[in-house]
Amino acid sequence: MRLLYEKSQPGRRASTLPRYEGLPRPELPDELRRSSPPRLPELSEPELVRHFTELTTRNFGIDTGFYPLGSCTMKYNPRVNERVVSLPGFRDLHPLQEEEAAQGALELMWRLQEILAEIAGLPAVSLQPAAGSQGELTGLMLMRAYFADRGEERDTIVTADTAHGTNPASVTMAGYRLAKVETDARGNLDLAHLRELVDERTAGLMLTNPSTLGLFDERIEEVARIFHDSGALLYYDGANLNAVCGISRPGDMGFDIVHYNLHKTFSQPHGGGGPGGGPVAVRERLEPFLPVPAVVRDGERFRLDYDRPKTIGKVRGFYGPFGVFVRSYAYIRAFGPALREMSETAVLNANYLLARLRDAYDLPYDRLCMHEFVLSARTLKREHGASALDVAKRLMDYGFHPPTIYFPLVVSEALMIEPTETEAKETLDAFADAMLAIAREAEDTPELLKEAPHGRPVGRLDEVKAAKRAVVRYGFEEHPDLAADATAPRALEAQKGA
Amino acid sequence: MTAHFQSGQLSLTDDDRDAMLETIGVASIDELFRDIPAAVRLDRPLDLEPALSEPELVRHLEELAARNVDTTRELSFLGAGIYDHYVPAVVDVVLSRGEFLTAYTPYQPEMSQGVLQAIFEYQTAICELTGMDVSNASGYDGTTVAADACFVAKHVTGRDKVVLTETLAPQVRQVVKTYAVGFGLEVVEVPHDGGTTDPARVAEAADGAAAVLFQQPNFFGCLEPAPELAAAANEAGALAIAHVDPISLGVLEAPGNYGCALAIGEGQSAGNHQSFGGPHYGFLAAKDEFVRRLPGRIIGETTDVDGARGFVLTLQTREQHIRREKATSNITTNQTLLALAGLAHLAWLGPQGLRETGETCMGLAAYARERLADRVLFPERATFKEFAVRVGRNATDVIRDARERGVHPGYALGRDYPGMDDALLVAVTEKRTPSEIDRLADVLAEVDPL
Amino acid sequence: MAAAESYPEELKYHPEHDWARIEGDEAVVGITWFAQDALGELVHFEAPEVGGTIEKDSSYGEVESVKAVSDVIAPLSGEILAVNEQVVEAPETVNEDPYGEGWLLRIRLSDPSEAEALLDVEAYKQVLADS
Repeated sequence: MRLLYEKSQPGRRASTLPRYEGLPRPELPDELRRSSPPRLPELSEPELVRHFTELTTRNFGIDTGFYPLGSCTMKYNPRVNERVVSLPGFRDLHPLQEEEAAQGALELMWRLQEILAEIAGLPAVSLQPAAGSQGELTGLMLMRAYFADRGEERDTIVTADTAHGTNPASVTMAGYRLAKVETDARGNLDLAHLRELVDERTAGLMLTNPSTLGLFDERIEEVARIFHDSGALLYYDGANLNAVCGISRPGDMGFDIVHYNLHKTFSQPHGGGGPGGGPVAVRERLEPFLPVPAVVRDGERFRLDYDRPKTIGKVRGFYGPFGVFVRSYAYIRAFGPALREMSETAVLNANYLLARLRDAYDLPYDRLCMHEFVLSARTLKREHGASALDVAKRLMDYGFHPPTIYFPLVVSEALMIEPTETEAKETLDAFADAMLAIAREAEDTPELLKEAPHGRPVGRLDEVKAAKRAVVRYGFEEHPDLAADATAPRALEAQKGA
Repeated sequence: MTAHFQSGQLSLTDDDRDAMLETIGVASIDELFRDIPAAVRLDRPLDLEPALSEPELVRHLEELAARNVDTTRELSFLGAGIYDHYVPAVVDVVLSRGEFLTAYTPYQPEMSQGVLQAIFEYQTAICELTGMDVSNASGYDGTTVAADACFVAKHVTGRDKVVLTETLAPQVRQVVKTYAVGFGLEVVEVPHDGGTTDPARVAEAADGAAAVLFQQPNFFGCLEPAPELAAAANEAGALAIAHVDPISLGVLEAPGNYGCALAIGEGQSAGNHQSFGGPHYGFLAAKDEFVRRLPGRIIGETTDVDGARGFVLTLQTREQHIRREKATSNITTNQTLLALAGLAHLAWLGPQGLRETGETCMGLAAYARERLADRVLFPERATFKEFAVRVGRNATDVIRDARERGVHPGYALGRDYPGMDDALLVAVTEKRTPSEIDRLADVLAEVDPL
Repeated sequence: MAAAESYPEELKYHPEHDWARIEGDEAVVGITWFAQDALGELVHFEAPEVGGTIEKDSSYGEVESVKAVSDVIAPLSGEILAVNEQVVEAPETVNEDPYGEGWLLRIRLSDPSEAEALLDVEAYKQVLADS
């Protein structure tokens, strides 16, 4: 399919714009004036619409089908959320509108703060962080400010060896050193190792619970005790909150700081990679450090409060991704206290798939899972040469988006499957049937896996060439012909993290 | 048998549940949670308001929305970083098609060529606008990309100080300062001199700095001597980083053409509704030599097993899921959907439309400057679509009185700049008309006679 | 294409999968067959500057494939006399010939006695067998 730029014809345009006669023509110093126009595409509107429509036919979303991408919580996004976020009172509201003329928006944010506090079991919420990884970073900044305020020098953060890459990356960005705790044979944190790591230099723990293995840490109370006894804090990475809403609250588990992934647990249309939302909730003693402004209620009025002398500051523009708040608020209000059933259904669906697949694939941690589980294709690979990547590609032939593969790193040939509460039993069965069929194919007709996918817009792509040539924009007349690149096509295993 | 909640979002029947529990080999859903210690379980229902049906939900949100005064209900000259530009209908194609809307990061390229190609086209558009060689797939917004850019500069130069001009948007400076603590960066600010920045003062401050960040047009709407600021940075061995408005770049010079190493900005002007401040997208583009230091996703072109063109996430060893604690950033979820809206808007405009939009904004703003000539705060400075005016009393009072007459006259600069309590920042987009500007002038004259 | 597995007798090895060919008071260093095989086809070598120094057991650069990145550990200390530009230009050279054309640096040794702590080929093979 050609690029917009390759379809461009000089003189064509889609836009019509107001022109006013007699406006002054302000002077513009020559050195500030655009020297040559940007080569934006020149297409008429029908061509433009067809271009984007054709692109959508080459893409797969939750609206297309089952998307069990582990750790990403690809649940259905209710269409009503798109309707309400488009109300002009939300969509066309300027963030610097006077507070008395933005009461509805502020009330919605305040209500969302209250709801999130109840779900986490922690009293104070900031909606500001833009996504989960920024929520993580905000949480670490809060720890830093908290200990600085107490005059304590603590420089180390403990993360699990199963952690998302965002955890260690956030640790570095917050100026902390990283210590990694190992996972034990049952998939819990290794307590003996943990006790060795934690000392008076430890600022805190970052943990996902359930973990990226889809397992709830059975000794979470003891974990919390180890950190609190040494004066450190516990940070809850909310990536897997979809497992436990209304069932177990991070605050009750002993965590002091939590981030939520609004785009996972509370349904945002992931949009090909974003936007997200990463609010944080904290205990009282950390509240003075939260980002400004906070939304507060004074009687019947809502206002933005900038008066937090100990704040870490702002972590992004204005008050956070407001449109994301509208959608998540609507999502939660549609469930109310029955959010618990959302999590129960997610966990039921995951365990059902696990039960159906456990005999055909390796199961590194043999326990009931929470909202997701991790299988391994290591036996398939050893005996038939079929890797997790091959299984993933073959799933496409059956009409499914593959699960997350090669993560978490502690499981070789990992297949991380998260069905969410969205799916009907028939869909789960069809997926399980496909996975079982693929395991048989790996034995009987392995070339079906190796050559997969079939009939997609492209076959397996040469990632080595992409990295080496690094063609990251269209080059117009100088655009290289990569097909003419003589090297043999290679398809390498892609990794992902959520 | 407990009665299950009726939700259109959940797809299991009672019979399904029973059959599934049997397959799993447990007697109840509760049993699935047996790994959770009793002491940390919630032994009561969540204290949330009762569930709303879809019509009730819509009514509730309509009521909340109705208590906001948006720019369809009030003539507004608010800007200060978020602007009421026209968002073309073609943007809705991108925002409403489920295949785009409900996909995630394109980890599996064979399932995601649509989004991958669109981001590649977006990256190309950003490079064309900014005169840069490489763009990432988006950052959170115009503030966080500034912090990202400082992190790049720290690693490229090995220096630990950044210089920000005071005319850089206040919240951009605030976010950079928040991040700077963890980055181990000292932040130095250069005051403005009559609405713009003196290159000599930048040269002085840039000694030993990793980067100089400035904004064009600046927060006051004034045009900075951008080439001279960039030269001052380069002279000191610091990276010159321009924070630019995408909608201005059909008229104003591209940062890549006046010596900048990176160009960043808030994308909202191109393709995004105001949405009370988010979600929008931040763009970050750089010269080739910095590609391995860039944060965030980057899409690259390649070929498939049959030699056909395709697109993939590339140069991923920069990113957190591979490089972990040594990554260039922790970002994963970004703002792709908003960036694609930006692409649709820019493609709708084309080079001609972008230039015309810029010219119309400039022309209308110049007309507004004429109408408010005796109030203009920095009359010597050239401006683009925004400019500061002085009022005779506290600007927040003027705003209140003007709004009572149906006009929001702009942003009270005193909220961010001490000593500027009597200053308003007035933004004029291509959606305003000369007669609306006349109304602004009339209302200001009425509530704030000079 | 990729070389067959081999560990030349005449080289000294570092347990972090690096090798050194000692020539008087100079040495040529690189990564072993095992290291390049674990990484896959290399797409980037982040090389240090000629004239700088490297320190035994510390990282002096990075090698990357599309799926992994790895520090390169100095088997010996010394001043960098040359960087293999062929590898910078075409990193897959390391996969094709890890001990020959795919060398990474030439250094002047600051402490030739450090070589005594390195492994001979049998000891290195034992490291591989144990891992």
